[in-house]
Amino acid sequence: MSNGISFTLDGTEVTARNGETIWQVATRLGTEIPHLCHRPEPGYRPDGNCRACMVEIEGERVLAASCIRKPKPGMTVRTASERAKASRKLVFELLLADQPERESAHDPNSTFWNWADKVEIAGSRFPAVDRPTKTDDMSHPAMAVQLDACIHCNLCVRACREVQVNDVIGMAARGHLEKIVFDFDDPMGQSTCVACGECVQACPTGALMPATLVDEKGVYANAPDREVDSVCPYCGVGCQLTYKIRDNKIVAVDGKDGPSNQNRLCVKGRFGFDYAHHGDRLTVPLIRKEGVSKHDVDIDPMNPFTHFREATWDEALAVAAGGLRKIRDERGGNALAGFGSAKGSNEEAYLFQKLVRTGFGTNNVDHCTRLCHASSVAALIEGVGSGAVSAPFMAAEDAEVIVIIGANPTENHPVAATFFKNAAERGAKLIVMDPRGLAMARHATHMLQFTPGRDVSMLNAILHTIIAEGLYDRQYVQANTEDFEALAETVKDYPPEEMEKVCGIPAATLRTVARLFARSKASIIFWGMGVSQHIHGTDNSRCLIALSLVTGQIGRPGTGLHPLRGQNNVQGASDAGLIPMFYPDYKSVEDPEVQSFYENYWGTKLDGKRGLTVVEIMDAIHDGRINGLYIEGENPAMSDPDVTHAREALAMLDHLVVQDIFLTETAKYADVVLPASAWPEKDGTVINTNRQVQMGRAAVPLPGEARQDLWIIQDMARGLGLNWTYTHVSEVFTEMVGAMPSLANISWERVEREGSVTYPVDGPDQPGHDIVFGNGFPTKTGRGRFVPARPINPAETPDLDYPLVLTTGRQLEHWHTGSMTRRSSVLDAVEPEAVAYVSPHDLTRAGMRTGDYMLVSSRRGTIRLKARIDDRMPVGLVFIPFAYAEAAANVLTNPQLDPFGKIPEFKYCAIRIEKAQMAEAAE
Amino acid sequence: MTAFPPIISATPPGGVPARNIHPGSGRRKTRDQQKGRQVDPLSLDEIRALLGDRSRQPDLLIEHLHLLQDHYGCLHARHLAALAKEMKLALVEVFEVASFYAHFDIVMDGEPAPPKLTIRVCDSLSCALAGAEQLHEALTAGVDERDVRVVRAPCMGGCNNAPVVAIGHAPHENATVESVLDAVAHGHVDPDIPDYLGFDEYIRGGGYKMLAECLNGARDVDAVLKGLEDSSIRGLGGAGFPTGLKWRYVRAEPGPRIMAINGDEGEPGTFKDRFHLERDPHRFLEGMLIGAWTVEATDVYIYLRDEYPQCREILLREIPKVEAAGFARHTRIHLRRGAGAYICGEESAMLESIEGKRGLPRHKPPFPSVVGLFGRPTLINNIETVFWVREILEKGGAWFASHGLNGRKGLRTFSVSGRVKEPGVKLAPAGITLRELIDQYCGGMADGHTLKGYLPGGPSGGILPASMADIPLDFGTLEPHGSFIGSAAVVVLSDKDNMRDVALNLLKFFEDESCGQCTPCRVGTEKAVRLISEPEWDEELLTALATVMGDASICGLGQAAMNPIKLVMKHFRDDFVSRQSMTQGATGSQG
Repeated sequence: MSNGISFTLDGTEVTARNGETIWQVATRLGTEIPHLCHRPEPGYRPDGNCRACMVEIEGERVLAASCIRKPKPGMTVRTASERAKASRKLVFELLLADQPERESAHDPNSTFWNWADKVEIAGSRFPAVDRPTKTDDMSHPAMAVQLDACIHCNLCVRACREVQVNDVIGMAARGHLEKIVFDFDDPMGQSTCVACGECVQACPTGALMPATLVDEKGVYANAPDREVDSVCPYCGVGCQLTYKIRDNKIVAVDGKDGPSNQNRLCVKGRFGFDYAHHGDRLTVPLIRKEGVSKHDVDIDPMNPFTHFREATWDEALAVAAGGLRKIRDERGGNALAGFGSAKGSNEEAYLFQKLVRTGFGTNNVDHCTRLCHASSVAALIEGVGSGAVSAPFMAAEDAEVIVIIGANPTENHPVAATFFKNAAERGAKLIVMDPRGLAMARHATHMLQFTPGRDVSMLNAILHTIIAEGLYDRQYVQANTEDFEALAETVKDYPPEEMEKVCGIPAATLRTVARLFARSKASIIFWGMGVSQHIHGTDNSRCLIALSLVTGQIGRPGTGLHPLRGQNNVQGASDAGLIPMFYPDYKSVEDPEVQSFYENYWGTKLDGKRGLTVVEIMDAIHDGRINGLYIEGENPAMSDPDVTHAREALAMLDHLVVQDIFLTETAKYADVVLPASAWPEKDGTVINTNRQVQMGRAAVPLPGEARQDLWIIQDMARGLGLNWTYTHVSEVFTEMVGAMPSLANISWERVEREGSVTYPVDGPDQPGHDIVFGNGFPTKTGRGRFVPARPINPAETPDLDYPLVLTTGRQLEHWHTGSMTRRSSVLDAVEPEAVAYVSPHDLTRAGMRTGDYMLVSSRRGTIRLKARIDDRMPVGLVFIPFAYAEAAANVLTNPQLDPFGKIPEFKYCAIRIEKAQMAEAAE
Repeated sequence: MTAFPPIISATPPGGVPARNIHPGSGRRKTRDQQKGRQVDPLSLDEIRALLGDRSRQPDLLIEHLHLLQDHYGCLHARHLAALAKEMKLALVEVFEVASFYAHFDIVMDGEPAPPKLTIRVCDSLSCALAGAEQLHEALTAGVDERDVRVVRAPCMGGCNNAPVVAIGHAPHENATVESVLDAVAHGHVDPDIPDYLGFDEYIRGGGYKMLAECLNGARDVDAVLKGLEDSSIRGLGGAGFPTGLKWRYVRAEPGPRIMAINGDEGEPGTFKDRFHLERDPHRFLEGMLIGAWTVEATDVYIYLRDEYPQCREILLREIPKVEAAGFARHTRIHLRRGAGAYICGEESAMLESIEGKRGLPRHKPPFPSVVGLFGRPTLINNIETVFWVREILEKGGAWFASHGLNGRKGLRTFSVSGRVKEPGVKLAPAGITLRELIDQYCGGMADGHTLKGYLPGGPSGGILPASMADIPLDFGTLEPHGSFIGSAAVVVLSDKDNMRDVALNLLKFFEDESCGQCTPCRVGTEKAVRLISEPEWDEELLTALATVMGDASICGLGQAAMNPIKLVMKHFRDDFVSRQSMTQGATGSQG
C-alpha cells in the first residue's frame, strides 16, 4: 500500500498516493475536472454532492464523483468520456436554470460562473422555478446572503460546522425545498453567527458575500484592483491573510493558508480592517496647546485642534525628543521610561527598547506583556528555561487530552479555538476549566466551572491525585526533572476531597480529570489570562508546568505547555527585549556578561539595573521619580489596572510623547502626538503564539503626513543624540537576529520568501522545531524544575460592601482597548456599547432586567454601563470587557501585583452592582 | 430574540457627543442578550421533565423530537432551543433534522400551533387510482380547519385497501369521507392493534428453538450461513443482495459489529413487511436475533417507519418478553422510529437517521458492511428477509430454493394493488409472471378493467406495458427492459388509467421525497415534474435528464426516478401524445 495505487487514468497508467482521490490524482497530473462542492483546501472534506466532477469507471453501472472516490488497483477511469462530459455539462445546465442573471449577479466571477464558462454552458433549457427558498438576508452588517444563487453545495455548512465548528449554518428541510439556514432559519444578523466569514470565503456562487463587495441591490461592486499578503493585526494566533485593495483602500480580506490558520480567520481579521481608513486617523503631528490642562481630556478624536495644534514633523520631533533629552540630562535616564508595543513589528520593538536603553540610559522599558502573560513567562523561565510555548496550538490535533484553563479561545483566539474544536470533534477529550461557562463547554467532555481565584487549590488536588495514585511518569520525572520531592510534599496537603470545598469541583471529577490527563498518550495544556492575571498568576502557571512535567506530557507530539499569547506580536516584542529585566532573548540586564555583550554590540554604556514594570512606572510617576515617558502604540489609560490612578500619573508627567495612529485615551494626555502607521501600512515581522516569525507587508499608503513607526523611533533616537542610520527595516531585523541566538538561521529574506518560519531552527534550509523540550530543558541543569505552590487568597475578597467578584477580559469583536476595533464599522455594529455580563440570579437580585443601565463600583471607582444577562455566568461573578472607554473596566480593577511576574490581578476584585437611576440613565 | 442593534442618533440625550468619550460610532444600541436565540428557563424545565432520565446522546435526537411532537402536538421553537441545550447540540443541528422529516411540525415563536388532529391522505398511486384526490378535497371541505388539518402524504402501506388515510396515528383503510369523519367524531385516532401470534403461542409452535440452538451451541455459524446460501434467499427490501453472502461478509469485518433492520417500508405499493409484522412478529424477531448472533452484533437497531404505529406497539410489547426470556442475551435491541421520509428506506440514509441526523444517503464505497452505523461494520437486512430465516434453517435451504417458476428460485411476497379483483399480499414463487399473478392469486382484473400496464416494483421500477405481462418477475429478469422487481410492489393499471397522469403522480412523489443532497436528483426531479406537466413533452430534454439522473445521482432514488418517464415514452406514446393533442385542443381536464 505504501507504494500507492496503480490505475489507469484516461489511458495512462498512473499511481495514486495513499488516500488520494481520483480528482486529486487527476489534478496533480494536470487534468482539470470541474468541481463546485469540492473545495481543495485544508479542513474541507470532499462531499461529492454537486456531481460536477463525475467520471466514468470501467465496469461500474453509474458514474462516480471523482472528488470523493478513491481509485482501486487496476481501475480504469475516464475523465473525458462523452458520457462523463455530458453528465457534468447537464449538471451545470440544471443549476444554471435557477441562477440569477450573471450581469446583475452577486459575483459574476464566482467559481460557478468560471466553471460554467469552461464547460461551455451559458444558458439552460430547463425552466426556472420560483422556489420559496430563494430569499435575501441583509440583516448582518458584514455579510450579504442571497440564496437565489445558492446551489446547495453545502460548502458553507461544512465551513461553519466542520472547519470553524461555529455550528450556525445548516441545510434545513429536504429535496427541492431544502434551504440554507442560520440556527432556526433566523436572519443571519439575529443568529448565533460569530461572523468568522468562513462561509463567505467558501461559497462558490456569491450567495454569501462580504457586504463590502455588493451594492445596495446585491450586485457585485468594489472589485479589488490588487492584493497584498500579510498577517492579521489582532491576536497572537497570527493568521495569514490577503488584503484586497481598491483605490488604495482595503475592501475585503481573505484568509490565507498560513501555518497557524489554514485560510481561516475570525470576525476581527476578516471584517475588522477599515479602522485603518477611519476619519479619526492622526494625519499630522500635534503639539499640546499652550495652557491646556492635562486634566482636560474631553477631546473629539476627529477634531483634536481644540486641545492641540498642528505642527511640522521637524518641530514635533524636536519638541518630543527635546523634552525627553532635557529630563535625561537634568535628572538622569532613570527619570524616563518607555512603553513599546506588542501590536507593532519586531523591528519596532527592538529599536524601541534599544532607544530606551541606549538613548535614555535606563531599563525602564516595558509593554503590555506585563499585563498579559508576565507571570506565565516568569514561571516558565524558572521551570523549563524558556518563556515561549513548548508546542504550537496545532499540536492539539495530535493530543488525546486537551486542557484549556483560564482561557476563552472562542472569543480571544478564535482561529486557534477552531482547531481545538476540530480536535474535540475528532474525539480528543477536551477539559475546560474556567469560572465562566464558556462557548467551548459544549464541545468539552469535562467542564470544570471552578470558584474564581481558586486555581491553585484545584490544580494541587489534581497533582495530589496523580502522585497519590501513582499515575505520574516515574521514569520521566527521574530523568528530566528536579525537586519532585518538594512538589510531592506540598501537594500531599491538598486531597481532592478537601479541595472540593475550596474550588467547588467535586472530588470525583478532579480525580477523573487527573487520571485522564496522566494516562493519556498525549496531553496538552493551553492557558490564558484567567491563569496569569492574578496575584498568584505565577503560582497558577507553576502548577500547570508541574502537571506537564510530572506526567511527562511535554516534548512529544500532542503534548506540552502553551500560554495563548494575546497580541499579534506579544511574543516577538518580549523576545526583542521590550522588558525591563531582559535584553533581547531574555538575557538578564543584571548579568554583567550580558551587559558587556550589549555594550559592545550597541557601542555604548548601559544601565546594569533592572528597570520598572508598567504598573511600577505609574507608581514612580506619582512618586515624582519618573517625569518623562515615551509611549509607542500602547494605551495604558485604558489597559492599566486602577486606571484612574494611571491617568493621574499620565497627567502628572512633565513630558509625554505618544506615537499612535489614533488620539487614544492615553494620547489625550500627551505633550506631543506623533501620527504613526497602522499595521496594513508597514513592512515588518511579527511572532505569533506558536513561535512563528511571519512577514507583514505594507498594503496601503499612510494617510496624510503619518509616518512609519520605525522611522519615527529612529528620528526620536537621533533627537536624543544617537546616530542611527538604518535605511531599511531588514537592517534592523538583521541586527536583532545577530543578538538573538534563538532566531538563528532566520534571515529577513527567508521570512519574506517563506512567509512564516518557526524558531528554533537548526539551519537556513531546515524547517523549525514546532515542538521543543524533547530532549531536556534549556535550564542550567538541563532538567525541568518543580516549583510547588500553596493557595493564597485573592488580594481583595468580596464582603458586605462589595459582595460580587469582577473579572475582566475581551469580547470576540473588541481587541484590547478598542482603539482599532471600535473604529471598525462591522465590529462596532456588532458590539457598539459597553456591557457587563451578569448571571440571571444576580441581575434579579439587584432588581434589574437585562439591558438596564447599572452602576458597578469597586473601592477604586464606579462605572455605568448596560447589564446583559448571561446564563453561563456563575452566581456572584460579573464579567466586563475592558475595551469600552465610556465604562472602562479598569477603573474598577485592583492594581495588586503578582510578586514574580508583576502582573496585576485583572481577573479578581470585589465589586457591587446597582441599578442606575433614571437621571443617570438619561444622560 | 433581539434584532440586530438598531441605529440610534449620534448624539445621545444630554447633548454630549459620545465620541468625545469613546471611539465607537455611537450609532447603535447594544443587544441585551448573548447572540442568537436564548433558552428560556421554563422551556428547559419542560424538556427536562419530558426527557426524564432518558439518555441525552445525540443519536436519540429523532426519538426525543417524537416525544415532543407527541406531547405538544408540534415542535415549538422554544422547546427545540431547550432540547439543543439539553442534548449539547447546536441549534441548527436540531432544526435541520426536525425540518427534514414530514412528521414533525415546527412552530416558530408567535406562530399558531397546528390543529390538534392531523388527517394524512395518501396520494400515492394506488390510493390515487382509488380516488384519493377527491377524498382529500372532500375531507378538506368536510372538517373544521380549526380542529383538524387535512394534508397529503405518501404511501402508508395500505394499498390493497385504498384509499388510505391516517387519522392522528391511526391507519384508516378503505376510507370514505363518511368513514373518516365518523372515526374523527368517535375519537378513533390511535391505531387498532391487529390480532397477532403472541410470544407464548409462538413458542408453542416451536418458535425460538432455532435461536436457542444457536445460542447454546447446538448449531454452528457455518450451518446457518450454509442454510442461507443454499436457499439462495436474497435481500427482499429490493436490492436483492444474496443474504448468506452478506452475513458472511459482515462477519469477516473486524468487530465490534452492529445489525440494523430496515423496516422503513416506503416504496409506494409495498406492504409486505407490515403484513408479516402484524401477524407473526416473533418470526421476524427470531430471524433477526439469529442474524445478530451470526455476525456477533453487539447491538441491533430496528428502524421502523412511523406510518406503522400498530407494528411499533406490537414490537414494544413483544421485545421485552423476548429479552426477559433470555433470547436477546447476546445483543442489545434498540427500536427506532422513522419520522416520515421515504429516503430513509435507502440503507445508508437509514443509518444516518438512526444516528439522529437528516436522512442523506452516504457515498459508496465504503459499504455499510465495512463502515456502517456509528462507523462500525453493519449487517443491514429487510424485515422480510430475516422473517424467512427460521423456516429456511428448519426446513433446509433447499426447501426455499425448491420454489420458483420459469427457472427462478425461492418464494417472493408480492404486494399487489391497483386494478385487480383481490389485491393484497401474495406469497408466490419467484419468477411468476404478472399474468399468472393476476389470474392465479388475485382473482383476475377488477371488473370492467383491462390490463394496460403495471409497476413491477413500485415507482422506482417504472411502468411496463401489458405486452410484457409474461416476463418472469424476479431479480435480474426485468433489468433488460429498463425496470426491476425491487420490493415486489406490483401496481396493476388498466385501460382506465392514463400513463401520463401515472408518471406525474410518481414523479411528484420523487420530487417530494428526494433528500436534496445531489444536484441531479434534487433539481432533476423538480424539473422533470415541470417538464411533464407541460402539454408537450420535450422528449430530448427528458431523455438527457433521465441519463444524467441515472448516471450521476448518489443513490437509487435519483437513479431510478426517471424510469416511469422513460418507460412511458417508450411504451405508452399514445397516452401522452393523445393527451398532447387533447390539451392542444383545450378540451380535457387533467383529472
